[in-house]
This record gives sequence, structure tokens and C-alpha cells, in this order.
Amino acid sequence: MNVFDGPLGRPAPASGLTVRGLTLRFRAEILFQDLSFDLPPGRFTCLLGPSGVGKTSLLRAIAGLVPVPDAEIRCDDTGSPAGRIAWMDQRDQLLPWLNARDNVTLGSRLRGEPADRERARMLLAEVGLAGQAETQPAALSGGMRQRVALARTLYEDRPIVLLDEPFAAVDAPTRHRLQRLAARLLAGRTVLLVTHDPLEALILGHEVHVLSGRPARIAATLRPDGLPPRSAASPALAAMQAELLDRLASADSEGLA
Amino acid sequence: MTMPLRLGAALLALLACWQAVVLLSGLPPYILPAPAAVGRVLVTRADIILGHAWVTVSEILAGLLLGTLLGAAAALAIDHARLVRAWLLPLVIASQAIPVFALAPILVLWFGYGLASKVAMAALIIFFPVTVAFLDGLRRTDAGWLDLARTMAPAGRRGRLAILLRIRIPAALPAFGSGLRVAAAVAPIGAVIGEWVGSSAGLGHLMLHANGRMQIDLMFAALAVLAALALAIYFAIDALLRRLMPWAPERFQDQPEEEN
Repeated sequence: MNVFDGPLGRPAPASGLTVRGLTLRFRAEILFQDLSFDLPPGRFTCLLGPSGVGKTSLLRAIAGLVPVPDAEIRCDDTGSPAGRIAWMDQRDQLLPWLNARDNVTLGSRLRGEPADRERARMLLAEVGLAGQAETQPAALSGGMRQRVALARTLYEDRPIVLLDEPFAAVDAPTRHRLQRLAARLLAGRTVLLVTHDPLEALILGHEVHVLSGRPARIAATLRPDGLPPRSAASPALAAMQAELLDRLASADSEGLA
Repeated sequence: MTMPLRLGAALLALLACWQAVVLLSGLPPYILPAPAAVGRVLVTRADIILGHAWVTVSEILAGLLLGTLLGAAAALAIDHARLVRAWLLPLVIASQAIPVFALAPILVLWFGYGLASKVAMAALIIFFPVTVAFLDGLRRTDAGWLDLARTMAPAGRRGRLAILLRIRIPAALPAFGSGLRVAAAVAPIGAVIGEWVGSSAGLGHLMLHANGRMQIDLMFAALAVLAALALAIYFAIDALLRRLMPWAPERFQDQPEEEN
């Protein structure tokens, strides 16, 4: 079943995102110098890079959380990305004083709109948490909390979704399930996923960009065959994963030199 | 054992020690009355003691309410505006340098012998812990929550207000609760100091009065009631805060528990 034909509604028409000339400093260090890339509409783009390369800072800059006055960041259709980006990171960021449903509808509350409880209930059911709407976050496991966070991201119903290692903090089987769930539920949106896990990038990405160096630049772009989510069992994927691991390892030693 | 139970056991042990000291030292009752004598006065003069206790409780509770409101308002103001922060924060800290007890005569002079001067005293003494605790809580909102909220909330003043109301204030409530617990513990001090300096009613007044007439057993009885009241107020506020904030970490711990 295509979830977007269901009661959740069809997402807003996908818009690509263009990033041009992004320069980002952290203290004295230049993380990115004049970085440019495109997010094709309705596709998963993965940015793969070793820890500490500045992936999180990059996402925060795109989300407008860090000012990048010189950069040009625009949506292909409407221009300004303000209010069109949803953001999810590896910590679920659930508010401990709100139950699962109220966490999902947090955005409405912050915008002073009435919360759409029915939609929140359906989204929670969609991520496999039917009947947990009234549960407090403290009573949920790490994987369940991350599902609530995913439902909250979907509730925002933004055409562009930024994911910052969203499944890094959960165990491997849970991560596997969550990756598939995210691929299914976020299909049709323009997604930028940053990760240090080559396998995750290869399973989920239409395109995979490898970041390396300091300042970091896109060292390589892969377009694996087939459509995501790909099976981790495929030999082609395993070969590519090995190659990416080599590349990341050498990028790491470059950084050390 | 729960805290109140342990407290009860400790009290019994203290009473036993007290009785032992009275028996062994042979101190006259106008220096140290026996627990039984104090207990007798507690019963025979109950009407008088309760009347004064009611006055003191009113002072403490009104002082708590006023001091908490002022402290919360000050914390929000300091948090909100840089100008207010620059001027009010040093003032708040400087106000702590003045011993509040030294202000008691002035407060009695200004607000009279009645309730008002004691309420002012109690409010003044709790203002600082409440302000500092709440401000600390407001300043230490989880950065991840703020990032998330900024991607959701509208830009500008409206968004900042929404984030304050929906994220930062609720997130600061456990810290605010710690300040309130300290306040509950020290508010009785303010009320009693106020009564000592000048009053016509209240347990502090009763103690001075009994002391002057060598009714030492009555003085001890008033002291016991005062201690019981202070404890009751503290535990009531503690229980209320726990009930209102079940998500808050245990008392005296600021770090949230690691999730797994």
C-alpha cells in the first residue's frame, strides 16, 4: 500500500534544494569552503563522511540553525527554505513531559495551531506504535523513541527532510528496521541523510556523496544500481561498501597527516 | 525506609537522648525541661499554641507565594532582556550580601508589627534561591530541543515566545522545583526572625514571650511545633513537585538519566 494515498495525505510536491558557496567555520577551523551540491527532488541523498568532518554542522547550516550569510541555499520552487525543512537527529529529542502523541504534534503547538491528534495517531500507527499515543517517552525503548521522532518528522509534512545520523544510537536490528521504515515513509520527499555508516548510505541513498579532507569537499559521488531501500545482502552493495570503507579510512589518515 | 519514616526514627532517638540528658545532668526545668513536661504543655496550652502557629503558617505560606512569584518574574526578566540582565543580576547577587536579618528592623518599621513585615521577610529570604535556580534552568535548556524547536517554530518574536512557553519553561521546571524546595526550607526562618524583631502574634512571638516569663516548657513546645510545621511544609511542597513533574530527575541531580 502506498501510504500517501492513505489518510496521511499526499506530501507537498517535492522540491529540490540547491546549495552554493557554503563556507562554514568552527572556531579557527574551516569545515567547508565554498561547498556546492544539489539535492534532487524526491530523492534520498546521502552524505557520507568520517566522524568530525562537520556533517552535523552542515545540516544545521542548511536548516538555518547556523547563520551562513555568504551561502546560497534555496528551494528550487519557492526560493527560501524557511519553514520547508524538517530535521531529525540521532537523539530523539523527545520532550519528557509530553506523551508520544503530544511530542508528535509539538510543531503545531509551537506555531500556535490546533494539534491534529488524529493525524498524529495515524502516524504513530504507521511507525508501529499504535496504542502508544498516551505513553510517556521514559516508558519507551530507544528504538520506539526514535520511531516517535520519525512520526514527529513526518507530522511536520515538509518537502525537505534533513536526517543527522538518525539511527546511530540504536542497536543493529532496530537500525535495520528503522532504515526500511524511513525509506518507505519518507519516499517522495527530498531527503538529505548524513551518516558515517557506508552500508546505511548504500541502502538508503539514490545518490551517495563522500565527504573528506579539511576543509571537507565532496570527494566522490556514487549512484548505486537499483532503488532504495536496497538489500544489504547484494554482492554489488557489499563490494561498494568495502570500497567506501577504504576510501573513508584513507580520508581519515589524510586528516591525521 | 522512606524519608519521613527515617525522620520519625531519628526524632524518637533524639527525644530519648534529651530525656537521658535531663535525668543524668539534673539541670533545672527552667534551663532544660523534660520532654514529658513539654508534651504536657503542648496539650494543656494547645489553643494558644495553635493560634500562634496559624499566624506563623500564614506568614510562611504568603511569603513563599510572594517570593516565588517575584523570583520567577525576576528570572524571566533577567533571561529575557540583556539590559535587565546587566542591571538586575548584580543587584540580585548584591542583595544576598546584605544579611537579611539586618533588614528585619527596617521591614518592621516600614510594614508594621502585623503580617506584612513577616511576609516581606520570608519573601526576601527565598527570592534569591528561587531566582537563581529558575534562571539556571532557563539557561540550560537542552540544545537539541532548541534546534528542533527552531526548525518548527515561526521566526522572530512569536517563535521565541512559543519556544519559551513550550520548551524552555517546562524544561526549567525541575530546576525551579529545586529552588522551591530550598525556599520551603528557609521561609520559616524569615517569618520567625520577623516575629522576633517585632510582632504581637506567631510562634516566634510566643517563644520570646514565654522566655520572658520563664515558661521554658512553653517555649520548647512552640519550638517543637515550629519545627514540625517547617517539616510539613517542606514535605508537602516536595510531594507536590514530584506529582506535578514525574519526568523530573531525582532531587539534587541535574543530569538526566542516560537512556538505553
